[in-house]
Amino acid sequence: MSAPAEPKKLTKKDLSADHPTWCPGCGDFAVLAAFFKVLEKLQIPHEKICTIAGIGCSSRFPYFVNGHGVHFIHGRALPLASGVSLSRPDLHVFAFGGDGDGYSIGGNHLDHAARKNVNLTYVVMDNFVYGLTKKQTSPTSPKGFKSKTDPTGAIDQPINPMKKLVYGGASFVARTHAAQVKHMMAVFERAILHPGFSVVEVLSECVVFYPGIFDDGNPRKGGEFDLIDEKKWDDSEEDEARHDVSDENAAYQLASLQYPGKFGVFYETDRPTKNQLEQKWIDSSKEKVGDATAKDLLSSRFSGMK
Amino acid sequence: MTVSATSDFPEKSASSSSSSEGITELQNAVIRFAGNSQDGIQTIGGFLARLAGRSAREVMTYMTIPSTISGGPSIFQVHLGSGEVLSAGDESDFLFAFYQHSYDNHIDSLKPGGICLYDSDHVEEIKEIEGVIHVPVPITSTTVEAIGGSARDRGKNIFVLGLVTQLFKLQKEKLVSLIEKQFGRKGEDVARNAMLAFDAGYAYPIGDLLGAQYDLKEGRNEGIDKVTTDGNTALTLGLLAGGVRYGAGYPITPWSTIMEQLRSELPKYGGLFVQCEDELAAVSMAIGFAYSGHTAITGSSGPGLSLKMEALSYATMAELPLVVINVQRGGPSTGLPTSVEQSDLMQGIYGSHGDSPRIVLAPKDVEDCFYIGREACLLAREFSCPVIVLTDQALATRIEAFTEPDLDEVVIEPVLDQEIRGEEFKPYPLDGLTKHAPPGTPMSAGKYPVVTGLEHDEWGHPSGNPEMHARMNARRREKLKVLGDRLPIPDIHGDESGEVLIVGWGSTWGPIREAVNRMREKGQKVAAMHIRHMNPMPNNLDTVFAHYNHVAVVEMNDEGLYGYGQLATLLRARYCDSKIQSICKTDGLNYKIREIIERVAELTDPS
Repeated sequence: MSAPAEPKKLTKKDLSADHPTWCPGCGDFAVLAAFFKVLEKLQIPHEKICTIAGIGCSSRFPYFVNGHGVHFIHGRALPLASGVSLSRPDLHVFAFGGDGDGYSIGGNHLDHAARKNVNLTYVVMDNFVYGLTKKQTSPTSPKGFKSKTDPTGAIDQPINPMKKLVYGGASFVARTHAAQVKHMMAVFERAILHPGFSVVEVLSECVVFYPGIFDDGNPRKGGEFDLIDEKKWDDSEEDEARHDVSDENAAYQLASLQYPGKFGVFYETDRPTKNQLEQKWIDSSKEKVGDATAKDLLSSRFSGMK
Repeated sequence: MTVSATSDFPEKSASSSSSSEGITELQNAVIRFAGNSQDGIQTIGGFLARLAGRSAREVMTYMTIPSTISGGPSIFQVHLGSGEVLSAGDESDFLFAFYQHSYDNHIDSLKPGGICLYDSDHVEEIKEIEGVIHVPVPITSTTVEAIGGSARDRGKNIFVLGLVTQLFKLQKEKLVSLIEKQFGRKGEDVARNAMLAFDAGYAYPIGDLLGAQYDLKEGRNEGIDKVTTDGNTALTLGLLAGGVRYGAGYPITPWSTIMEQLRSELPKYGGLFVQCEDELAAVSMAIGFAYSGHTAITGSSGPGLSLKMEALSYATMAELPLVVINVQRGGPSTGLPTSVEQSDLMQGIYGSHGDSPRIVLAPKDVEDCFYIGREACLLAREFSCPVIVLTDQALATRIEAFTEPDLDEVVIEPVLDQEIRGEEFKPYPLDGLTKHAPPGTPMSAGKYPVVTGLEHDEWGHPSGNPEMHARMNARRREKLKVLGDRLPIPDIHGDESGEVLIVGWGSTWGPIREAVNRMREKGQKVAAMHIRHMNPMPNNLDTVFAHYNHVAVVEMNDEGLYGYGQLATLLRARYCDSKIQSICKTDGLNYKIREIIERVAELTDPS
């Protein structure tokens, strides 16, 4: 008897689908490239990869990944992805989207997916503007940003995504920059391996409607890519000052820093996932009814009504 | 004194006959309990309905619930009979009034010759009404005396149950075993107090006071106890039988009891029901379950269904199977949350943006809730599209007895289909039905499908091609026409030709049927046809319409700007037949038999 054939190695070529429809120079190309590289590294079985998105430029993501995918409606990618994750523990579920989809129309779903700690990875490509609809103010547009809906400059205070995510209860919260592919890959990998609701906020420039906005975080454009110095737990003196990712207050402090702020993992905690908690209930419910079939269960319900 | 099954015609008392010992035999009785919702009057009604199921009687109940948190005036009406019981009864034969307000508001619901038993501890002013017999019973004080201690007046519902058992010569043993079963779960004290109250009621000399006793006939017992339950429960079990294993929802009256039951039941089946943050998340999560390869369900009442509409249009476009329950209530807006209405038919069929055809079904009674729930699952899977079930507040809460379904025949164990798909796989084939490859399915050609809400080609690639959009629209429409082609014309109840055909849908089935029975007894040539498949409808209904001078569509919705209710509008649009007319109302109440008869008479003879 011969040994079973080694399964084919998953490559970027296998994972590439349609050529992205993004504008040349869009930050999202780098996000897609980093995602492919991490999948190549982790070698997740091809058919178990599931990418899900709502509406927006970045939400076109699933068309560009050759894998099971859903292009859903505006703002609702997370509840759909939660349904996939909760009913199919065998899959690796990824949700992608932008700031409008995730922080505005889908803002409430983000809070609830976070508090429920549904096991999936969510990547937000934040460009501080509505790009697909051609330059309207987004929930992350800074005050003073001139858009077609705020011709004299945005007047509303923008959302602070990192605070929202930590407050919402996401169990893994990180921030990265589309111009830093290696950092993006490292953060994606940690997010994927984290059990629970992991979110990565990626500053991803819209070169057409908000060019240059993220230069302050890009050394190649004269900015500073200021990384979070995580605790090494080495009992050294310098470790005292380093960031404890399990410290919620410290995460808020990082989130309060002046733009462009810091990059890396803000918060990470080990909390039971909704997947685990529901499975526990399913297991105990099933234990109570023994090996009853659907017919047995229905029959007993009906006899209780006689 | 006469008590008749046909409340509109007290002079025609064929259903009762007096025997020599002061015991009157009854075929039917309508009993109304009026009190406050916290008095547990629903419990009395529930026990009587259960008993009916155990004694081969037909039963139908009707209740009103205040839409407040801490209760308020509430009634529970039980129509028991050994013949066919098709409605909860227009008027009552017996009224039990717990308070002055109960008395004042419901004494007029008694038919002439009716009997009013009232709590003389609370009701002080009695009206002089000719033909109504008043019987004072100190319900509260006798209950307190019987139970003693600190129970206050709790238990007076069970006292009244004892009274009713004695008055109608009901099977005491069967009731006692039901009481012991229900209250035994709550502890010994509770069960003992319940029995003390029951015995006190049973021992109360009501027969002497009234000078009469009644023998409510049992039906022909076929040796099989019927099951007794409400419409929401029957629907829940139908969904489970049809293979639903995953669902998501958001609480709203009167849908909530379905999601509560599924939340507890599904884990026993290895499945899951999730309470979501809102209606949008609920339908989206249910679509996620459906995409994952499961038979999934979401549901709501009118306002919540409105919120789900965008996602339902997506499910039509992406061709995902999804069962959606809408327990209709009075609208528009928050409307009348605890009243009945059938005003969501157009929303069910056309409520989403774009041309988004989907299947819409409507159960006709409690038993049918089970079968429609199951059928919705089958159709969703076969046609890979949303299936909306339009039930209503009246069906949701009322109790009926029916024969237990043949579980060997109806139960479906769902299978997650992850068979490897070959090179020829197309998610949206122009020449066939969609059968998605759920995530986890290996694709032998190495090309994986994206399920999408953008217009697309056969492989699911976004396509703005004008011809492709037209062809895909046709594809989504034509598959439902295939279903319409195989639906049989609904059975006709009554004369095969004649003056009037009454067409109805949903919970008006019983009252329409009884109205037809009575009109035919009077020599009128009439019939009823009930539509359960609202979209697509069965074909060739005009061949039936041709046999009648009038087609009267009875609905609980508004006649609209042009004088036609929602189903009537659809039928007129399809058949262009001016004899299709509307009988509509929006008072939040079920149709009374008398109302239907009168309105049909007005329609056929407008003078």
